[in-house]
Amino acid sequence: MTDEIPEIDSAFGSGVPIRGNDIDTDQIIPARFMKVVTFDGLGEFAFFDQRYDENDEPKDHPLNEPQFQDAAIMVVNANFGCGSSREHAPQALMRWGIDAIIGESFAEIFAGNCLALGIPTVTADHDTITELQDWVDEHPDADIDVDVENETVTYGEKTVDVTVDDAQRKALTEGVWDTTALMKSNADAVAEKAASLPYVDD
Amino acid sequence: MSEGTLYDKVWEEHTVSELPTGQTQLFCGLHLIHEVTSPQAFGMLQERDLEVAYPNRTHATVDHIVPTSDQSRPFRDDAAEEMMAELEQNVRDAGINFSDPTSGEQGIVHVIGPEKGLTQPGMTIVCGDSHTSTHGAFGALAFGIGTSQIRDVLATQTVAMEKKKVRKIEVTGELGPGVEAKDVILEIIRRLGTEGGVGYVYEYAGEAIENLDMEGRMSICNMSIEGGARAGYVNPDETTYDWLKETEYFEENPERFDELKPYWESIRSDEDAEYDDVVTIDGSELEPVVTWGTTPGQGVGITQPIPAPEDLPEEKQDTARMAQEHMGVTPGETMQGYEIDVAFLGSCTNARMPDLRRAAEVVKGRQVADSVRAMVVPGSQRVKAAAEAEGLDEIFKDAGFEWREAGCSMCLGMNEDQLEGDEASASSSNRNFIGRQGSKDGRTVLMNPRMVAAAAITGEVTDVRELKEVTTP
Repeated sequence: MTDEIPEIDSAFGSGVPIRGNDIDTDQIIPARFMKVVTFDGLGEFAFFDQRYDENDEPKDHPLNEPQFQDAAIMVVNANFGCGSSREHAPQALMRWGIDAIIGESFAEIFAGNCLALGIPTVTADHDTITELQDWVDEHPDADIDVDVENETVTYGEKTVDVTVDDAQRKALTEGVWDTTALMKSNADAVAEKAASLPYVDD
Repeated sequence: MSEGTLYDKVWEEHTVSELPTGQTQLFCGLHLIHEVTSPQAFGMLQERDLEVAYPNRTHATVDHIVPTSDQSRPFRDDAAEEMMAELEQNVRDAGINFSDPTSGEQGIVHVIGPEKGLTQPGMTIVCGDSHTSTHGAFGALAFGIGTSQIRDVLATQTVAMEKKKVRKIEVTGELGPGVEAKDVILEIIRRLGTEGGVGYVYEYAGEAIENLDMEGRMSICNMSIEGGARAGYVNPDETTYDWLKETEYFEENPERFDELKPYWESIRSDEDAEYDDVVTIDGSELEPVVTWGTTPGQGVGITQPIPAPEDLPEEKQDTARMAQEHMGVTPGETMQGYEIDVAFLGSCTNARMPDLRRAAEVVKGRQVADSVRAMVVPGSQRVKAAAEAEGLDEIFKDAGFEWREAGCSMCLGMNEDQLEGDEASASSSNRNFIGRQGSKDGRTVLMNPRMVAAAAITGEVTDVRELKEVTTP
């Protein structure tokens, strides 16, 4: 069986702003880096095509800037993570060093994949996010405290309210975000359900 | 809160338990797997010393990395070969049926599930692939999942989910000549936005939807996710049942058809079902839609001007500016005449028989423009064989198209079929994201299959309704 699943009440660390709406998972991890059978080493390919030109020379991108190299909190805009269901996307961000993402909104599958990895995806309105992104630019070394339990984000002298989806908050703070063992414990009920369905004939 | 919809009924029917998080533990009637998103899940099972709980309710194919030219083993691409070998090992160990390329039934997962009759009304269907929504065309609740959830499904045949709201999208009237299912869904996404469907499941209804064949309904449900909705469905009807009868499962088990039909009828949305939202679109007003930008929501009718960013809602303006710069398009102009280098007819959106037939009608007797690299990638080996039996392959080849083996191919550039440099493609696929077709400077214009055929012939985005008659000498 699996080890104890950690309870995640908060995430803490310096930030990195990634600006723009509709940032899709093909941008977060281009498909050619998915020709692998493990998630190991994906971190260095996060946002690869935004970070490097055709000669692999670095381009202007927050993930290339020295002041953001230790960032743990990513601050994004609307519909972040849209497109493909590839878990490779949050895996790449996590392996790059990201522990939590604050944004205007997230695509559903992406947010679900983050939850399965214990990465909170908390939301706030456009103005709150823009202000935080600007603050991170000015204070790249300063810490941001994402309080999942109380649905707040604290940076500098300021604390703002954010929204954490109910199920996500419970899953993270009660340590049930890895659902395999939990659901496995209902195996009898699953078997009964299967037997009750008209189309299950095996 | 919705009530009495197909979604409510199928959800209820498959609920195993309420989890402490408030999520529902949902039984998965069918779990489809492929080579890209499953190997890590099998790895996690191994680490936890868990086995596949319901191998008979799991089915595998290979589609994303499979070459569409030379498929002899080992594949030329070592990484592709490794992924293929890993999948072969995993399905062998777990006793999972595998539609591999030697089976004659391999293909894109969302093409073969329906073909084999694995996809049925009233089922819950999951796959590590966002276009799993395709299967909703049959009145199934079908959605994409990530790899950790694949692990859950392999280990338990269940998934933890939160219930969504239901938005009914009613497409009224009759579609005009040259207007297809693809145009309907591109228009829906244009109007409701790429995140308009987040938190919703889409029910597609209305005369224009009911009149579509199953393949058209699949094209629409397929792109639900491009509108932010994780699942979309059409209520099953006689069109659905007639199609199911011809599938492998029901040809082999005809008695099951009559046994299951009452269940299929029972899960249809009630006449007086309640929805969280209803949107109506007049289908008779639509024309072929093409994209001008880098999200599927950036579409425009073929005779309509490309919008100026400043005329769009404020939150869409920056994305539009960047997209127009990337694509090199000018607001105020139409997309007609936009030069293309590649024509791609394929993908889980539009690579089934009716798609190929309609495109072949356009191509017949014409020649692909000299400047265009054109390819047809059938959705499955069965589609390919059926097309060859009708002589469609000859029509395409005579016109200068390449006729390929089945797979995802240039929809996402994970095999050798990729755009190069800043090539522009007319594509029947589902995503025009920057870099999607294999080159980060590549440009993708999404459109219906007949429009792709027309663009291949003229070398530019063309209104297929205006294509000059073929003159026989």
